[in-house]
Amino acid sequence: MSEPPERHTAKLGQTRALLGPVATTFATVHTGNWRTERPEVDYGNCAECGVCSEYCPAGVVEMRKELEECVSIDWYCCKGCGICAEVCPRRCITMISETGYDAE
Amino acid sequence: MARVQVIAAYPVTPQSPIVEKLARHVAEGSLPAKYMRVESEHSALSCVIGAQLTGVRTGTATSSVGLALMHEVLGVASGCRVPIVMAVVNRALVSPWSLWCDHQDTMAERDSGWLQFYAENAQEVLDLLLMAYRIAEHERVLTPAMVCLDGFFVSHSLQSVTMPDQETVDGFLPAYRAANLYLDPDDPMFINGLVPPEDFTEMRYQQLVGFESALRVIPQVQEEFFSKFGRRYEMVEAYRCEDADVVLVTIGSMSGTAKHVVNKQRDQGIPVGVVKLTTFRPFPVEALRKALGGARVVGVLDRSAGLGAPSAPVCLEVVAAVRDEGVRVIGYVGGLGGRDITETTVESIFRELLEIKDGRRSKPVKPWIDVRADAMTIRPWGGKAS
Repeated sequence: MSEPPERHTAKLGQTRALLGPVATTFATVHTGNWRTERPEVDYGNCAECGVCSEYCPAGVVEMRKELEECVSIDWYCCKGCGICAEVCPRRCITMISETGYDAE
Repeated sequence: MARVQVIAAYPVTPQSPIVEKLARHVAEGSLPAKYMRVESEHSALSCVIGAQLTGVRTGTATSSVGLALMHEVLGVASGCRVPIVMAVVNRALVSPWSLWCDHQDTMAERDSGWLQFYAENAQEVLDLLLMAYRIAEHERVLTPAMVCLDGFFVSHSLQSVTMPDQETVDGFLPAYRAANLYLDPDDPMFINGLVPPEDFTEMRYQQLVGFESALRVIPQVQEEFFSKFGRRYEMVEAYRCEDADVVLVTIGSMSGTAKHVVNKQRDQGIPVGVVKLTTFRPFPVEALRKALGGARVVGVLDRSAGLGAPSAPVCLEVVAAVRDEGVRVIGYVGGLGGRDITETTVESIFRELLEIKDGRRSKPVKPWIDVRADAMTIRPWGGKAS
């Protein structure tokens, strides 16, 4: 949760307000909660190419090449869309169900 | 002259020469702006909104179906309080497919939350545009503005115009500074998100306050314009109405013809007058009532059909503004789809208004003053029934 930028706080302090639809305080919604399946990397096949990271629409995949398990996923925000699994050129990412039911 | 820095526009008749000339000025370097070639008017306005939010003054123009294509984005500009100024060359909406002068396009946007000004001639286009930037950008207004000019009758007519010098314009229209909402990565705002029922009414009310402020700001800006440039403008211009028996309310280029007819009639001793609406949004109720003076019979000449309504758009609003039992408002429709509003047309309106005022007539022969008698059979078809 970030603090409201100083300029806006100063404006509000002078009892001025912004007009129209605007938000100046931001929060990170726990979109990871929306997942029904999560990506799992098979590191036996992973080529560390970084395609999964490039294609992730939420920007939650980071390549950490200094680690053996180099595909680092921010689980707080990963929505389980499966695009990383789709685009992996080695097909080494599998989507595993998190609900306890078998994925269709 | 207004020092716009970003232009995004799409050509549409009869606006095309405007954007072509702007593009040429940019290409030749005489206008230091970025010209974005967009694929539609919807994109043009979207780009202009984005650009203006980064803190630059923008320019765009459209007409008719181009304005219609912008329709859903117009509300973004007004709802997010982005003070864009757009020239709109008045042309009929389709169908029937027309290229020519009609106010249907901007009348269809009278609830868009934009200010609307209507120019009588080329000089007014220039002046109204300069004033529109000042009015729209005013901190208590912060509302986008349309400056409307009649297709072909104004847009394609060669007229002498007094050009102000850049220094005077700069003194009247200072450099643009982003106010209220802006896009700045170092000072982030989330603009135009979803607004729940708890807050929507209040945001709309903020816009209402902007419109009410505009009613005060417009005359102030007009006064300042007069002091700097020497040309006087009013939200509503009363032309020779002092002792007028009847008055005709006009809007756009028809006003020039109507004033000319007033002069001719007065030369014959017939006391008539013209009330020209320059500001249509906000609708200047008090200024209109004042301009109408003591006239008991008021005609309104609309240049759009306003189908299905009790009267055409301008007439409806004049009726609402007058609300006076002693004043009879008679609505006329004419000049649609490029039909010229001639001296004869205006003379016949004045003749009827005077007859109504004298009690020799109870209502107009035909409110659609210039419709042809054979209206229902202009496309005869000789096919067999089976």
